[in-house]
Amino acid sequence: MDIKDIIQEKNIVYKRTDHLTDKALSFCPGCGHGTVHRLLMEVVEEMNIQSKTIGIAPVGCSVLAYEFMNVDMIQAAHGRAPALATGIKRLNPDKYVFTYQGDGDLAAIGTAETIHASNRGEKITIIFINNGIYGMTGGQMAPTTLIGMKASTCPYGRDAERMGNPLKITELVAQLPGTYFVTRQAVHTPNHVRKAKKAIRFAMENQNNGLCFVEIVSNCPSGWKMTPNQSNTWMAENMFPFYPLGDIKVPEKKVV
Amino acid sequence: MKEYKLMKGNEAIAEAAIRAGADGYFGYPITPQSEVLEYLMAQKPHERTGMVVLQAESEIAAINMVYGAACTGKKVMTSSSSPGISLKQEGISYMAGSELPCVILNVIRGGPGLGTIQPSQGDYFQAVKGGGHGDYKLFVLAPSSVQEMADFAKLGFELAFKYRNPVLILADGIIGQMMEKVQFFDQQPRITDEEIIKKYPWTTTGKTPNRERNIITSLYLEAIVEEQHNRKLQEKFKRMEEDLMFEKIECDDADYILIAYGSVARICQKSMELARANGIKAGLLRPITLYPFPSKQISGLAGKVKGILTVEMNAGQMVEDVKLAVMGKTPVAFHGRMGGMIPSPEEIVSALKNKLIGG
Ligand SMILES: Cc1ncc(C[n+]2csc(CCOP(=O)(O)OP(=O)(O)O)c2C)c(N)n1
Ligand code: SF4
Repeated sequence: MDIKDIIQEKNIVYKRTDHLTDKALSFCPGCGHGTVHRLLMEVVEEMNIQSKTIGIAPVGCSVLAYEFMNVDMIQAAHGRAPALATGIKRLNPDKYVFTYQGDGDLAAIGTAETIHASNRGEKITIIFINNGIYGMTGGQMAPTTLIGMKASTCPYGRDAERMGNPLKITELVAQLPGTYFVTRQAVHTPNHVRKAKKAIRFAMENQNNGLCFVEIVSNCPSGWKMTPNQSNTWMAENMFPFYPLGDIKVPEKKVV
Repeated sequence: MKEYKLMKGNEAIAEAAIRAGADGYFGYPITPQSEVLEYLMAQKPHERTGMVVLQAESEIAAINMVYGAACTGKKVMTSSSSPGISLKQEGISYMAGSELPCVILNVIRGGPGLGTIQPSQGDYFQAVKGGGHGDYKLFVLAPSSVQEMADFAKLGFELAFKYRNPVLILADGIIGQMMEKVQFFDQQPRITDEEIIKKYPWTTTGKTPNRERNIITSLYLEAIVEEQHNRKLQEKFKRMEEDLMFEKIECDDADYILIAYGSVARICQKSMELARANGIKAGLLRPITLYPFPSKQISGLAGKVKGILTVEMNAGQMVEDVKLAVMGKTPVAFHGRMGGMIPSPEEIVSALKNKLIGG
């Protein structure tokens, strides 16, 4: 059998979604951001909602998300994506609106917008990438940096006494009456990728029931100063015990 | 004949926003402009026209809600007073950078800091020189009556969409709080989603197969591209001169010109009458748009008069622009009150005598 006989439409088992543009991703090798971009766009494609989707890119490593996601997108000010999403969805209730935010964006400068959009029950989906560090600005301490973890602004490790504690914003958000679905996932193994995609799909499908919040605990090989493989191992050993994976708030109707 | 209503400036602009077909308002309470949000909520605009009104968690959130909604081509508005307008500046800069239309009302109170809830014009520089970071301008309208508060809501939306730029209505506590008669224009229909797609093809309304995705951003990583973007913006800011507005009262035979805007222009009109009764030929020039500024008109008058007195409720802000327009052609003096104090017509006439006429 010739190779040409194999490369045929009918034999395709996986295809890159055309909801991602052809532009090469600007993320560092091994970074989880790219995988989450893909999952989100696959979900938009599978739900057939491209013409009704409006996305909001944050300030952070994913500031250029609009270069890669083939949907209408807006670049927000640092931390304000949930406010933009509120304005959009309130005036365009028939649209699917998502924000895509890092931990500095969502859990430090934008805490008020995160909490209040969640509490009001805005009908939006928030994708929250928690890598425990400020990737874009060169590896400073984030609100989610673990105790003892090193960053450029806590070079000897985070010390609770002087620098405060890491913030479990996802658990906080889950307490609020306006959230419908709150979950924490990861994308470092094929199995986790599959679960994360299911969660993102559920979060997009159900945004009109209340705010849907998907945290992805992710790596930052550059900020953590590790190889991609080391960073994934380190994440599993250190991040997951403090940020345990799994659903945190599930609507009663949901069949798990 | 249309009926007159007796209303506060803050209520008039809120009513006018509904009638102008506004799609949304996002705000946060602060004196002396809280009546805007209160009036809107009491009117149930969701029933009247379908307009969305939301009390945000902060001024920062409010302007960013406006930012998001404006990206979808909707007519949106926010209002606040000085400290709240300071908080909005990052969002306003983003909107100017991304070329988005909206109407922002600042009912100025005295500052700096928490200041006072009394009226002031202390935010002139912030309003006309940009306000937030970066090189940009807002189209700035300065109402001097309750009627103009109403009229400028409608005009503000028209200009915002004409230029794809935020329009700032710069009022002060007097205009916001005082009651006057006002006549309203008829209810205008809200724009439909189909009309938005046709009229404003740049909006983020969802990528359809017949067009590329729309992106709204103010980020240009390459310096040369950012410079080009800035050039384009600057050309637009210049073009705004097309819609320059000012009012000249008894300037033709005047020896002395008073220049003032907003509520102070109303007071100066009285001063002008008092001066004329005292044999001083005074005229008044009232800039209605503060950006664009009537520099050419002021320059033209400067060649004909013996002096110009600029009157403001601040330490002397617009007077700098007046001096730039006059370029030394005639003496320019300034009279100002601060901290919520309002100048009286008599003290303005005294200032004119003491600072310009002499003797
Ligand atoms: C108002 C404001 N403050 C600070 C910055 C600088 N800044 C850019 S990205 C960033 C941190 C982003 O970190 P995070 O949200 O965790 O995203 P990541 O880059 O890790 O994906 C900061 C502080 C900014 N652009 N705007
Ligand atoms: S700095 Fe970190 S978060 Fe940013 S792209 Fe690189 S690896 Fe990813």
